[in-house]
Amino acid sequence: MTEMNETPEGASSGGDGMEPLLKVRGIDKHFGPVQALYGVNLDLPAGQVTGLCGDNGAGKSVLTRTIAGAHQPDHGQIYFEGRPVHIRSARDAATLGIETVYQDLALADNLDIVQNMFLGRERLRRGLLDEDSMELQAGETLRTLRVTTVRSIRQPVASLSGGQRQAVAVAKAVMWNSKVVLLDEPTAALGVVQTRMVLDLIAQLRDHGLAVMVISHNLNDVFEVADRIAVLYLGRMVAEGPAADFDRQSVVEYMTTGSASGRPFAPAESAGDEG
Amino acid sequence: MPDIPVTADPGETPGGTADAAMAVDLTAAPAAAAADVPPEILAQSLGQYLRAWWRRVRGGDSGVLPVVLAIVVVAISFQVANPAFLSAQNLVNLFEQSSIYMLLAMAEIFALLLGEIDLSVGLVMGLGSVVVAELVQPTGLNWPWWAAIIVTLLACAAWGAFQGSLVARLRMPSFIVTLGGLLILQGVAIIVLKGALVSIGNSRFTNELVLYDIFWGQFEPVVGWILLAVVVGATGTGLWLRDARKRRHGLEAPPRSLTAMKIVLMAVAGSAVVAICNVNRAHFGTIEGVPYIIPIVLAVLAAWTVLLQRIRFGRYVYAIGGNPEAARRAGVSLPNVRTWGFVLAALTAGIAGVLFASWQVSLTTNIIKSANSYVLLAVAAAVIGGTSLFGGRGKTIHGVLGGLVIGAIYNGLYLLGVSSWWIDVVVAGVLLAAVAIDVLSRRGAPRQA
Amino acid sequence: MTVDPGGTPDGPADTAMAVDLTAAPVAAAADVPPELLAQSLGQYLRAWWRRVRSGDSGVLPVVLGMVVVAIIFEIITPEHAFLRPSNLVYIFGLSTVYMVLAMAETVVLLLGEIDLSVGAVALFGGVVAFKLVQQPGPGWPWWAAMLAALAICGLVGAFTGTLTARLRIPSFVVTLGMFLLFSGILVVVLGGANGAVSASPLVPNQRVFYDLVQGLIPPVVAWVALAVVVGAVGTALWRRAAARRRQGLVAPPASLTAIRIVLVALVGVAVVLICTINRGTPLVAVQGVPWVIPIVLVVLAVLTVLLQRTRFGRYVYAVGGNPEAARRAGVSLAAIRTWAFALCSATAGLGGILLGSFFFGQYSTNTADPGQLVLYCVAAAVIGGVSLFGGRGKPIHGVLGGLLIGAIAYGVSLLSLGQLATPLQYIVPGVVLIVAVLVDVLSRRGSGSGTRA
Repeated sequence: MTEMNETPEGASSGGDGMEPLLKVRGIDKHFGPVQALYGVNLDLPAGQVTGLCGDNGAGKSVLTRTIAGAHQPDHGQIYFEGRPVHIRSARDAATLGIETVYQDLALADNLDIVQNMFLGRERLRRGLLDEDSMELQAGETLRTLRVTTVRSIRQPVASLSGGQRQAVAVAKAVMWNSKVVLLDEPTAALGVVQTRMVLDLIAQLRDHGLAVMVISHNLNDVFEVADRIAVLYLGRMVAEGPAADFDRQSVVEYMTTGSASGRPFAPAESAGDEG
Repeated sequence: MPDIPVTADPGETPGGTADAAMAVDLTAAPAAAAADVPPEILAQSLGQYLRAWWRRVRGGDSGVLPVVLAIVVVAISFQVANPAFLSAQNLVNLFEQSSIYMLLAMAEIFALLLGEIDLSVGLVMGLGSVVVAELVQPTGLNWPWWAAIIVTLLACAAWGAFQGSLVARLRMPSFIVTLGGLLILQGVAIIVLKGALVSIGNSRFTNELVLYDIFWGQFEPVVGWILLAVVVGATGTGLWLRDARKRRHGLEAPPRSLTAMKIVLMAVAGSAVVAICNVNRAHFGTIEGVPYIIPIVLAVLAAWTVLLQRIRFGRYVYAIGGNPEAARRAGVSLPNVRTWGFVLAALTAGIAGVLFASWQVSLTTNIIKSANSYVLLAVAAAVIGGTSLFGGRGKTIHGVLGGLVIGAIYNGLYLLGVSSWWIDVVVAGVLLAAVAIDVLSRRGAPRQA
Repeated sequence: MTVDPGGTPDGPADTAMAVDLTAAPVAAAADVPPELLAQSLGQYLRAWWRRVRSGDSGVLPVVLGMVVVAIIFEIITPEHAFLRPSNLVYIFGLSTVYMVLAMAETVVLLLGEIDLSVGAVALFGGVVAFKLVQQPGPGWPWWAAMLAALAICGLVGAFTGTLTARLRIPSFVVTLGMFLLFSGILVVVLGGANGAVSASPLVPNQRVFYDLVQGLIPPVVAWVALAVVVGAVGTALWRRAAARRRQGLVAPPASLTAIRIVLVALVGVAVVLICTINRGTPLVAVQGVPWVIPIVLVVLAVLTVLLQRTRFGRYVYAVGGNPEAARRAGVSLAAIRTWAFALCSATAGLGGILLGSFFFGQYSTNTADPGQLVLYCVAAAVIGGVSLFGGRGKPIHGVLGGLLIGAIAYGVSLLSLGQLATPLQYIVPGVVLIVAVLVDVLSRRGSGSGTRA
């Protein structure tokens, strides 16, 4: 749609304002004889939420992990802020500003919120942990993200609800000058109210100018929060574009058959409106 | 000869499920190479079977091959070091000593299959030996030998139920429960001994004599051959008929030649054993014949093998060891199966205790204290034999083979005059090596963070 | 930002007040440490009592245990001698060995592992140190011998840790094997089945080892030192709490901090008092605080700072709580595990030296029982409040548990039980261990974390 192309993408990317913050082109990935991704393209513009959909085994996790540095693509290239980059490890990804929140949240139940948020990146003062400044910053981050339901920032994470844990995991990810946040099934185990909280959080991230990618099975959530939708089918990206170009039925058809109404996805400005 | 039933045998399949993060992802690397399918399932002829088996060995899942090789290596090394090693007399000695390790290993395997561990088996054996000896004392309770044995076994089983309940129902870590249990049993054993010693060496009393004979007695040579014929005949016929029935019904069955070979191997091995035992091994007079303990151990082996491989309970044990949550959802009662596992472990340790009493003849507090080191040997034997520490993989035969290796090491080092401290060091080293192999062979499967 | 804690901290009944309409938390809300939310001493106590009733009782069991044990043994000991100063000081001395070993074990337990070789390694370290100061013989200065022994133990621990961390062999098997290995090596180093080594109080270099437990600090010095220590610790606690309050960070109410300082002072006064009462004869006064007590306090302080205030310690807790989370955060699991085992073994070596000192500078194969040592120290750690499942516990738990175990062990030996004396030495620790773990498991049940399939 023409409006989409004219909208400035967001302040954080350098150079061409139209350039998506993260661009993935032609990614192939196999594991032994099994090919997981075939020439996958994906755009993650800053200030927008992209919903990544696909059935089990479509390759969503593999794609996410490739961007996050856990896997190396066999072919293809990832572009960050317009430059080609090689993301060889989670550390490389973090350096670039790409943070991932996996489904298991990776939180240590016996540590409190502050300790979890700073895990692996603690601040030291005279050789010892600088608890005070870490606590201040963690509180600041949660406030910025408008996470207000946590009683005490020194609570052990084990005593938080599912939605609060998700919030902490997300806050942990965005505290570090991150520009891209990848979320794997963030609302999968949550009830209605907690899902609401997490979706609000995702909107916060977008409003702060981050590029957010959300993997989700739940099309309600996707349509609620996503600005763009991308659908993987058996390792191929079969549809990608503004959320307005899709409806629930077409997304499901793309997920299960690779095409909708018998035709592959085409952007709305070309012939044939997908409705 | 290790008998691998035709149906997918829980004891043999490589362990582990793909870890959770990969479960939904069909693009996960195919974990099991084709070589991991037990060869007899696919083989139509002996040649195919052997080729498939060799591929599997090269792929890493070698079953009992390592321990058999270990036995061969140990035998050759010690024979070279001391020519008396393979003499008939020493070999029977070896069998006799190994019997204790074999039984304890078989006991430990019940716990290991469940993914637990039982550190008290050594002391259950110790306490059992003391109890059975005290019960037949003519100046004391003067019970008939059969009553003493039965009561001892029941007491050991009851202890196993106690430990098992703590582990199974309260979900306390098994190594702590059995560690504490070990201590308690040690104290109880000392109390029963009243600080002194108990002996079953007096041959004027029938009860003591019977107990003594359990370990030290043997069959007449002729009887040995008859027994062999009966056992081989029965087992062989059973195997043949079962395979024939499977073939008749169109089920997967091993090639005939394979079954025949198994029966022949069994006969040959059995004949070798009987022949060795029938050689006169006494310095003065005559001692010849198959010792009673050999059929005792074989009977326990047979019973527990049937228990683990052929009835539902055994299937549940493997299931819990492989994936407790899946077992629970399938309706298996985890507390019951786990408790029974510990009961059987303690029961087997009790049987070992009866043999131990018979072997030592006189039991003192020092001997009871030394029973502690047996648990390490039991674990070592089980792991060397091929049982996994992580649960879900292992068979009773592993205990027998591993026990044989341990017994051979002890016997051989003793013959070479190595002091017992260093023997302990060697066994510790062997245990670590065996466990390292177990862990490394599991590398492909479940990821342990 | 935080919801006003007010009165009721937990439960669905809270929804009327709280902004948070989320479903029930993973663990009972009563799991929130009370001092986080309490604004006054009264609130704190109420919240703490609620937490105890829900199952997460912290050090309460071990403190209660000590009270119960003291009362029981005082009653049943011949002549009610249990609480006599001389016996109490003996218990202090004996307990310090268990305390140090329990603190060592705690480091490994926090990882969710276990080290069954602490006893054997401890004795090995002690024997090595004693052997190195022998004259004729190596004749090393005591500090060199001690450092060497601790270093060697640390290397042994590093080896154990490597096997556990890099090969992922279950720690209880590795350490079981190491236990056997070092039990054998111990006998060899001691010189055979009847070997012994001793540090004589007559030789100045060796006297240091002898004095570790048996030497006494004069009463005046002890009181002064107590005042200094309590003053310093109290001031530090107070200022830190005040600083946190000033910055708007989570801090306990002032009255709570004051009570803690007073408690520390009281305990210190009690210990010094007991030690300075003359427990000898009017002619030959025996008074003073054994050197080992400040030594143990130093070890406690060092380990506490290491575990609570450094990155290494933070990672130990993280690996024990969720190894996968730690790994993703970039923590090297293998390095943390290896270092933790090394630290445990080195600390155990110190404990071993103390054991020799406790036995009047003597080691022999009869007094050195590595099996019993390890069981006591695991029991001490667990009964003090360290969780076997990892991620929960502090060095102070080892100190408290060690004291309790020492009291029980000594108390049992005071009873004239004749034939039962020897077996009880096995049975009692076994029962104590099982009960301690039972309490740990049941309390974990109440808080809903760490249950296993």
